[in-house]
Amino acid sequence: MLSRRIIPCLDVRDGKVVKGVRFRDHVVMGEIVDLALRYRDEGADELVFYDITASPQGRSVDRGWVERVAREIDIPFCVAGGIRSVTDAREVLHAGADKVSINSPALERPDLIDELAAAFGVQCVVVGVDSMRDADGEWRVRQYTGDPTKTRSLARRTLDWMVEAQRRGAGEIVLNCMDTDGVRQGYDLLQLAAARKLCAVPLIASGGAGTPAHFRDVFTQARVDGALAASVFHSGALSVPDLKRYLQQAGIVIRLQETVGHE
Amino acid sequence: MSVVLVDAGGTNIGSVRYALQRLGVDAALTADAQSIRSADKVILPGVGAAAPGMARLRELELVDVIRSLTQPVLGVCLGMQLLCEHSEESDTACLGVIPASVRRFEETPERCVPHMGWNRLSPVAHHPLLKNLEEGDWAYFVHSYAVPVGDYTLVSCDYGMAFSAVIASGNFHGMQFHPERSAQVGAKLLKNFLEM
Repeated sequence: MLSRRIIPCLDVRDGKVVKGVRFRDHVVMGEIVDLALRYRDEGADELVFYDITASPQGRSVDRGWVERVAREIDIPFCVAGGIRSVTDAREVLHAGADKVSINSPALERPDLIDELAAAFGVQCVVVGVDSMRDADGEWRVRQYTGDPTKTRSLARRTLDWMVEAQRRGAGEIVLNCMDTDGVRQGYDLLQLAAARKLCAVPLIASGGAGTPAHFRDVFTQARVDGALAASVFHSGALSVPDLKRYLQQAGIVIRLQETVGHE
Repeated sequence: MSVVLVDAGGTNIGSVRYALQRLGVDAALTADAQSIRSADKVILPGVGAAAPGMARLRELELVDVIRSLTQPVLGVCLGMQLLCEHSEESDTACLGVIPASVRRFEETPERCVPHMGWNRLSPVAHHPLLKNLEEGDWAYFVHSYAVPVGDYTLVSCDYGMAFSAVIASGNFHGMQFHPERSAQVGAKLLKNFLEM
């Protein structure tokens, strides 16, 4: 049985891991490789690194830290931020990342998803979707969320975009529900369950984790493949081993070994 | 001991190389026939699709070189699939050194394709490659195509149906998961291969 994945997300800004609340007011959390190793040792199933300033600044990811992480880490990791061409993606993948995640550039030019899938296979291509509920009750996508002064609301409906992204070759979708992000009141189960129905590829929940029960609920009620969280892990409010033991006791298939340090 | 990684353009070559470095082995990346023939161990990595993978091996004139190797050879993920006879992916004829064929996972409401994430290994044979491997050890998979269980299967895995996680025939071995990304379990299996 495939296990459900616990995925700490490290937002990277100027070479450090940072965390903000509702995508604003970033505080430095630590060094990239140190935090990556800590989560690896604790039993994280995968790591995601978002270079949150790359896309708004119109530049690609700095491959230096990708290579440093790849040398040290023996669990999969995904890199996101400013990847806007096959060439950018190749750099990051050759530096050792297992997957690339694209968000704003895919909204700028959806053909990018097709091009990446053709070049590297769908398994390398993650599409990140930032979504907010508008006043009319519809979920719609947001672009350039790494920088609040540049964030844009788009007319595109979140669920329509997810369907299109899959048709174009997304091998995994990370749905970040911005209304619940950073405030630790739980994942947006309603939106994620709606997304699950339309998602034939792995779906990762993002935004809102605060307690172990939030993770349990997103696995059992929205049936997502993985749950991504940042501040709740970085702050020490939740530890990955405790969370995984809780989920296992709740009857969820979870990888529970190797939570001790490496040789 | 000399270990080479066949540079067939796969994007996980760097990761496999780093995993070997963590085990104290500096593997050369090469597409040179002579270096491959003379190595003690040969690893064929690869992420991507079967048809471009085979096209690249033909372009590098490595098809017969790999087929004629007698030292231990390990294919990882797509590298493993290329060692088989045939892949359903774009109806591709592969190297044919392991008598197996590669099929696409059937998509069902319960089974997302690609199969992506950590799944448990079930050893079904005794083999030096499996030393210290335990029932239920976790490995990291990312693939849409898989090899059904057969005589060549050393380890199986369950994704709503059983498929081959590790296969072997003679000196040729394959791992469907990514040992370079499977934490200590992956390191254990790579170490076993290096010690064969």
